[in-house]
Amino acid sequence: MTIYLDHAATAPINDAAIDALNTQMRKVGNASSVHNPGRAVRKDVEDARHKLSELVGANPSEIIFTGSGTEANNLAIKGFFWQAPKRNVIVTSAFEHHAILDPVQWLVEHEGAEQILIPITKAGVIDLDFLGNIVATRGSDIAVISVMHSNNELGSIQPIAEVVRIAGDIPVHTDAVQSFGKVEFDFAALGVTAATISAHKVGGPLGIATLILQRGLDLTPILHGGGQEREIRSGTLNAPSIVAFAAAAEYAITNMKANFAKIRELRDYFIAGLKSAVSDVSINSILDPALPGIVNATFPGTESDALLLLLDTEGISASAGSACSAGVPRPSHVLVALGLSESDADASLRISIGTTNTKAEIDQVLAVMPSVVERARNAFVVSGLD
Amino acid sequence: MKLIAAMSGGVDSAVAAARAVEAGHEVIGVHLALSSNPQKYRSGARGCCTIEDSHDARRAADVIGIPFYIWDMAEEFHDGVVENFLSEYADGRTPNPCLRCNEKIKFAAVLDRAKGLGFDGVITGHYAQMQETTLGRVMHRAVDPGKDQSYVLAVLNTEQLAGAHFPLGDTVKDNVRIEAKRRGLYVANKPDSHDICFVPSGDNAGWLRDRLGSEVGSIVDEDGKKLGEHKGAYTYTIGQRRGLGITVPAAGGEPRYVLKIEPKTNTVVVGSHEALAVTKIVGDQPIWCGPEPTLNIEYRGFAQVRAHGSPLACKYVQTGTEIKVDLDEPLFGLAAGQGLVIYDGDRVVGSATVARTE
Repeated sequence: MTIYLDHAATAPINDAAIDALNTQMRKVGNASSVHNPGRAVRKDVEDARHKLSELVGANPSEIIFTGSGTEANNLAIKGFFWQAPKRNVIVTSAFEHHAILDPVQWLVEHEGAEQILIPITKAGVIDLDFLGNIVATRGSDIAVISVMHSNNELGSIQPIAEVVRIAGDIPVHTDAVQSFGKVEFDFAALGVTAATISAHKVGGPLGIATLILQRGLDLTPILHGGGQEREIRSGTLNAPSIVAFAAAAEYAITNMKANFAKIRELRDYFIAGLKSAVSDVSINSILDPALPGIVNATFPGTESDALLLLLDTEGISASAGSACSAGVPRPSHVLVALGLSESDADASLRISIGTTNTKAEIDQVLAVMPSVVERARNAFVVSGLD
Repeated sequence: MKLIAAMSGGVDSAVAAARAVEAGHEVIGVHLALSSNPQKYRSGARGCCTIEDSHDARRAADVIGIPFYIWDMAEEFHDGVVENFLSEYADGRTPNPCLRCNEKIKFAAVLDRAKGLGFDGVITGHYAQMQETTLGRVMHRAVDPGKDQSYVLAVLNTEQLAGAHFPLGDTVKDNVRIEAKRRGLYVANKPDSHDICFVPSGDNAGWLRDRLGSEVGSIVDEDGKKLGEHKGAYTYTIGQRRGLGITVPAAGGEPRYVLKIEPKTNTVVVGSHEALAVTKIVGDQPIWCGPEPTLNIEYRGFAQVRAHGSPLACKYVQTGTEIKVDLDEPLFGLAAGQGLVIYDGDRVVGSATVARTE
């Protein structure tokens, strides 16, 4: 028995995407070739691009396919930074994903960039006053502002339209990987300069994502080669994954409203049950406006890796913070940014509910939670004696 | 039983875990991250704290078919092993960090955590044999004398012994490698780790110098006559002969050996080989790895003072706070801080830390 509660890490691929992937994989042809099979594949790619652009509120030419959300984020951060040689400041929220924070840090260490982090309020959103202040005082130095559309650990939706308004002429990028397909997201309506979305979070395949970039803008590429994708991202177009991405996205958007209501109901049911199962649990995740399925909770006196091990033994998949390259768990920088102590951050779990979960599954998780938390506490008390 | 297999990424712990699964136990693999910055410690195939090692351990767990997790023991390892290693050297003693790691980490922090989580014990790839007797569990040397690790496990008390499982003690290393290959474990031919896992490059003296400084001090003879200078007394080992850098030759031309390290005055005392002779050893902080010998009764047994040292025939007596050893034949070169392990034949009686010698 496996109860999968880690949909924010990756979601199950849906049937529409599998069918599209299988069909496209049987077709030969490089989308850049001039011959008939190449043109046929090209048409499939462009149909998919067109469909995807409509689903995100963008123009087809604004869709740049990449190999991952991480790559799209790197392309945005480094691309905007290198595009503006006289501006060395990069502004991001303090709780961005590592795929934003780490390229910024790399630019700080290697390219003379300056990083400014926007603090997070208790409500789990960026401090807009801080941003306003920074833009007013340092505006002419800022190469790009990047704020995620919704936070992957707290679920809170960020005031991106406000960011765009405050930013004025400064390029604004938003990492919308968690939001796309789950909550309202419209590229043109938001007015951002660039956005990242990724297939595997919405029921598509792994290894395909998109940087949406306003028309007429150029970015310094990080991959050089055949000049595909507006000469901004070289590499043979991954036609099967692109076609499957569009199919998955269409399926997700079509069912978004119904899924949102269903997942949110499960989330609220889970939180209520969790509070009665573990009396001293505290909920960190933001309930509204938010992604529907994110529950982040602190279990005082435990360590998240012990909780995860015990849940895993019970067949339940959840997650915590992030891990370093060797796999060592680290307290979540998101929770620390929210104001939690390192020990509370280290005692926290993220449960992310998705379309495939049922109320019966939530009941099973709630049934084992008291014993899991108790054993995790035993392990913590014992090893804490040393 | 429900067991945690401590998997270093090497061949021994992989085969040990596989054997435990085959024996019907419910096994979970755990790799201990002992450094908060894995690159900081040894790299390549020589150590046990690298990213590569954690990947090797994960891969072995996959092949065996058991769940795998990484436990962060960096803080415990730093406080219990690395800091102890440094402070012992700073005090002019010669510690064995593998003993401390087994005592404080593998069969303390890890075993305690395992028990708290509802597991019964810890499996490792150490080479030693357990035997159940009417007096409880006892530990014997491994059948492979070249790999026997009972010396570094002699710091386990009876409670820790009860939670420890060493499935490889009855097998010679060559056969463990053959078995690993048969089981499809690609670490089968991975070289053994050597030396101290947290000292990059294996340059112990350089590592100590970086942390304890390299203050110049005197090298003197037994009468206190200055013969030369050194850069940090703790980089010397009792019994060391080479690399002393003494320019004044001995009167009779005989070689000189390090006899004593005096950290307070930063002095290294050298002298003749005969002056290294030790027949009486006193160890403190005794730990009984099985039934405790009766107080103040003299027993015959064997003493071992190095991981791969020879067993030395001796009489020993325990006083409650100390173990006193009287060797049949003199031993040349023994430093305070070394582990003193007492054997009754092949059975480990217990251990202590060398406090003084005569």
